[in-house]
Amino acid sequence: MHDRPPLLELTDSGLYCPAGDFHVDPWRRVPRAVITHGHGDHARPGMGHYWTQRDGVPILRKRLGRYIPLDGVGYGEPMRFGDVTVSLHSAGHILGSAQVRIEHEGAVWVVSGDFKRDADPTCAPFEVVPCDTFITEATFAFPVYRWPDTAEVAREVHAWWRACAEAGRPALLFCYALGKAQRLLAELMACTDQEVLLHGAMVDLVRIYRDAGVAMLPTRAVSEIGRSADFAGALIMAPPSASGSKWMRRFKGASTGFASGWMQIRGNRRRRGYDRGFVLSDHADWPSLVRTVEDCGARRVLATHGNTDVLVQYLRERGIEAAPLKTPYGDEDVEDALAEDAR
Amino acid sequence: MRAFVELFERLDATTSTNGKVEALADYFRTADAADAGWAVFFLSGRRLKRLIGAAELRQWIRARTGLPEWLFEESYGHVGDLAETAALLLAGEDDGELEIGLAALVEGRLLPLRGRDADLRREAIMTLWSTLPARQLFLFNKVITGALRVGVSQRLLVRGLAQASGIDEKVLAHRLMGTWEPDADFYARLVGEDDGDADLSRPYPFFLASPLEGPPDALGPVSDWIAEWKWDGIRAQLVRREGRCFVWSRGEELMLGRFPEIEAAATALPDGTVIDGEILAWADDGPLDFSLLQTRIGRKKPGPTTLARAPVTLMAYDLLEDGGEDIRQQALATRRARLAAHVAATPGLRLSDTVEAGDWETLAQAREAARGRGTEGLMLKRAASPYQLGRRRGDWWKWKVAPQTLNAILLCAQPGHGRRANLFTDYTFAVWDDDTLVPIAKAYSGLDNAEIDELDRWIRKHTRERFGPVRSVEPQQVFELAFEGIHPSPRHRSGVAVRFPRIARWRRDLGPADADRLDDLRKLIDA
Repeated sequence: MHDRPPLLELTDSGLYCPAGDFHVDPWRRVPRAVITHGHGDHARPGMGHYWTQRDGVPILRKRLGRYIPLDGVGYGEPMRFGDVTVSLHSAGHILGSAQVRIEHEGAVWVVSGDFKRDADPTCAPFEVVPCDTFITEATFAFPVYRWPDTAEVAREVHAWWRACAEAGRPALLFCYALGKAQRLLAELMACTDQEVLLHGAMVDLVRIYRDAGVAMLPTRAVSEIGRSADFAGALIMAPPSASGSKWMRRFKGASTGFASGWMQIRGNRRRRGYDRGFVLSDHADWPSLVRTVEDCGARRVLATHGNTDVLVQYLRERGIEAAPLKTPYGDEDVEDALAEDAR
Repeated sequence: MRAFVELFERLDATTSTNGKVEALADYFRTADAADAGWAVFFLSGRRLKRLIGAAELRQWIRARTGLPEWLFEESYGHVGDLAETAALLLAGEDDGELEIGLAALVEGRLLPLRGRDADLRREAIMTLWSTLPARQLFLFNKVITGALRVGVSQRLLVRGLAQASGIDEKVLAHRLMGTWEPDADFYARLVGEDDGDADLSRPYPFFLASPLEGPPDALGPVSDWIAEWKWDGIRAQLVRREGRCFVWSRGEELMLGRFPEIEAAATALPDGTVIDGEILAWADDGPLDFSLLQTRIGRKKPGPTTLARAPVTLMAYDLLEDGGEDIRQQALATRRARLAAHVAATPGLRLSDTVEAGDWETLAQAREAARGRGTEGLMLKRAASPYQLGRRRGDWWKWKVAPQTLNAILLCAQPGHGRRANLFTDYTFAVWDDDTLVPIAKAYSGLDNAEIDELDRWIRKHTRERFGPVRSVEPQQVFELAFEGIHPSPRHRSGVAVRFPRIARWRRDLGPADADRLDDLRKLIDA
């Protein structure tokens, strides 16, 4: 099968399917873009036409413009691009996130986009899609990344919130505005029914999730509350970019936390000076990355987005053909991944 | 172990000093005395020596997890901490439920492993890995490999102990000096009122100077100050009590046998004398190059050749105990006068001369001669000041002459450890030798956090080759390095070694062609 031209190739604009004449998550302006999900490094402005999973439509409209030419597609619904059949399958990353399945003359390629295997009440679970070539993300491709039970992490967040309340302090939790914030709000329902305060960057996104039927704790925008209000005992969620900003000053004596997979490493948290780190990621951990490659039965794996070298060498040693694929998704360094979605 | 882990988690969960002191005090108020003794031992940076080596631990973890060596090393490079890497890799296993106190763990399960064969030690550690709760494994691994750095300074520890026990901080700090392993009564003695049996060898906590950043005239009249040369040697305390003598380094290491010249000289001192000073390699009337002193540092028992090539002396500058009496609260001028009398009667010791000047400007001029005299600048000490604990600003300043600088090109980088884990913060710099680049120095400090982040991103995007955790990068970025002296060195490929290199500035205005040439650096050696 390798004699045939590849179904996807890397161009200056992104992953391109010559047989179907479309791109997946392109980073330069192209006529036709199939988008895996709404994070800023995957969904960029200026494309001629967009396709994305139906639940992701309001997210793309919110981020890229209300009137962009955009088709919402259900999971599993086949689309035709010339001779090529394309369908979207749940990636379990955030609301409306999808893997892109591309079939042409009997060959099947799957682009994972960002994905996770852990349960998440805010989005559909990951679907295993059998394929010949699997393009996988590799953000957390080190064996030291193994996610703890999400319910346990939610209990830790709640215990921290309560301890702050008892000490008369605000609890300021930094997390990505799209995906992580909503997942926390949903997971925390097992612990409390108290209201959570939101940074302005999160308000519309939380509403989009509510409209999609995701149950979450009640929320209110910080901006609706007077500047001189007392925030003692409150839990406030904000994107990491708000850390150290003027906006933060109103939360006097706040204890700060950060919810991210990167918090698995103590040095990452200490370097940023957060009081608490909560290990919660919307990406696949190491066991999930390896298991997913096995599950989808791919003969060939292309790794992108993160620590590709490690995953590639590991898979090769296990007899799987693998190679890195250089894309600007997330970039390989922590800073960019942390900044992801902070805009 | 559970209480100690909880203490660690509290310390780790706050960046506030008061929060840490409170956590320590809470722990010491309730902890079992035997456990508390070991907690003090570990928190003060002491380690269980000769127990388990880092290489063994790596081997055992690899065997346990079945990871190939390269993947383990990549993971370690990413995490930047061996104990943490091991704990994270073990976390996939079932949780153990063993409840065991810190003292019982150390004394009952770990210390008996000392000197036993590798199989037995390995078996014992593997068993503990299976039976301890996963949450405790990080701290457990820290305890068995040593180097428990958890953001608690000696001073914080002492404050926490003082708050819990009501004993004065200075007394506690003194009792914690020296080498010891806690025994059954250790903690009771530490926080006890009676201190009749002061350890014979015990040194005093060192007082440390701060760098003077502004002009010296802000310090008031020059007559309030005593100026001395800033010697570039090994800070040491010489303790003479009951006919015996002990030489301590600032790292609280007992350096017995290493400096026989000083021990011999000390026999002329009366009992109950403690001198603070600097060990220097010395010949005729001046200090020898630090690289010669370096040949003495590693030798536990120097032979006649070494002794002849790099003879040492103690440059005395303070007296802490006289006639068995702690005189640290007396004024420096008084202490120095008493010191001068002792040194005069003790051949083999030298008194650090004062540098006299009627005003700051004259003193500043005198300072210019520092490098020519083999010193790094001046020390300014307030004449009326007592001898304090640790680094307290105000009474002791180091006023160094401006460092030498060179412009070098970033050649390689590797990730740092701890707070700098998986950030590229350890840099190797090179200068031109004809048209090739030769490594000249490694530097770790000097950039601010924003610059570190920016350079880290740049390094990732401009990597040429990888050698394990080390990356070579495109030779484009030029940095100004400050350093304290340059010496010939056969051990370095460049043939020269620079002392204390650190980054002074990121020279974005310079291109690689503007970097210095090795020939020019060689000229600095002669200068």
